[in-house]
Amino acid sequence: MNREMIIKQIVRVTGVTKDFDLGKIVVNVLKGIDLEIETGKYVSIMGPSGSGKSTLFNMIGGLDKPTEGKVFIDEVDIAQLDAYELAWLRCRKIGYIFQTFNLIPVMTALENVTLPMTFAGVPGDTAISRGMELLAQVGLEGRHAHKPAELSGGQQQRVAVARALANTPSIILADEPTGNLDLKTGEEIISLLKQMSEEQGVTVISATHDYKMLNVSDQVIWIRDGRVDKIQDRDELEIHTGGMSS
Amino acid sequence: MSYKSIRARFFRSLVTTMTLVLAVSFLAFSQISIDIADAMLVSDNPVFHRILLQSGYDILPDDVSLSASPKQRWIVVLSLLVCVVGIINAQLMSVTERFREIGTMKCLGALDRFIVRIFVMEASMQGFAGSVTGAFVGGIAACSGAIFRFGTDILPIFPWQDILSTSALAIGTGIGLSLLGVLYPAIMAARMQPVEAMRVEQ
Repeated sequence: MNREMIIKQIVRVTGVTKDFDLGKIVVNVLKGIDLEIETGKYVSIMGPSGSGKSTLFNMIGGLDKPTEGKVFIDEVDIAQLDAYELAWLRCRKIGYIFQTFNLIPVMTALENVTLPMTFAGVPGDTAISRGMELLAQVGLEGRHAHKPAELSGGQQQRVAVARALANTPSIILADEPTGNLDLKTGEEIISLLKQMSEEQGVTVISATHDYKMLNVSDQVIWIRDGRVDKIQDRDELEIHTGGMSS
Repeated sequence: MSYKSIRARFFRSLVTTMTLVLAVSFLAFSQISIDIADAMLVSDNPVFHRILLQSGYDILPDDVSLSASPKQRWIVVLSLLVCVVGIINAQLMSVTERFREIGTMKCLGALDRFIVRIFVMEASMQGFAGSVTGAFVGGIAACSGAIFRFGTDILPIFPWQDILSTSALAIGTGIGLSLLGVLYPAIMAARMQPVEAMRVEQ
């Protein structure tokens, strides 16, 4: 366990609970979650729908505030940040990938990729050349002038991956990135994410109920009913799901 | 970027812009008509005075300028008011329609300022296009109306300078109205929490 002490923890979640007040009843979605995620790992959060995956995700991404408990990103408590610093964090530290892609429909693929760089204040020419580079990395050379509506689902998600990587974030948060894709394109996106995480040392955290994800994950966190059910490392996992090849 | 999103929703922007065109052209028309009548009054030509009286202006012997009747002013103010309400409505629609887009941008690290700027820029472009067209249409209508009513004799005393400055004023008013109309929707869009924005179904 010496190794783990050296490796930096990029995300630390301590005792997080989240209640949603629906007027008459209060739903406790998260009932106390403690997590530590190491830099450079590919982590999957698994759990049935309604288990609080997405809610946990929004907490880690700084999109929502926990009712109790703290979320640290790079040892910074995100509850302490003001709006400006949060925007900075979202812009530089975290890249988002959504289930529904969420590309801006009126912009071309290239403009979608360069958008976060615009927010970060990268000058236009640099942003464009980096955008082209990123699009080439995700295998979309020559498609830069296409609008999202002119691309297939898998291609749109590739654009979203490129967009998430735009500001070289340390974390990529992917909320069911394969949820809207068929089997094959889903696999392509997963291997793309894995490749990016290996090449660039990005921490990938993905929420999913897609078992294909397990093969590439370094760590799987099982969530059930708003609690962490179990955390498995890759080696344990392969014993557990022996039939799968990686 | 704003230009693109106007183009993408061309028809809707056109309707918003048309409201402005109508209001501004009405404003320009009534003001420029007064400018022209003023010029006729100042010209000290008894023929013009008679025509003016005939066409319903009340001139007292020692008047040097005419002003719009209170009723006319009311109509102008009302038309501008309706125009602002129309713009607010149209912009609110465009904000609701783009909830998800705005949420995505906020997730990607857009500052509130940036979101406001997008909407303000869009509105000022629409405002500029609408006001210029409106002032132009109103000016043409007023001038040709005057020529039609008073004959071509008034051409030499045409108050070009006054007409230009009145048009400029009308354009300014139009852009101002457009910005006024977009302010509330833009601030609403910027204040929105990204999670709530994302939760909205498309």
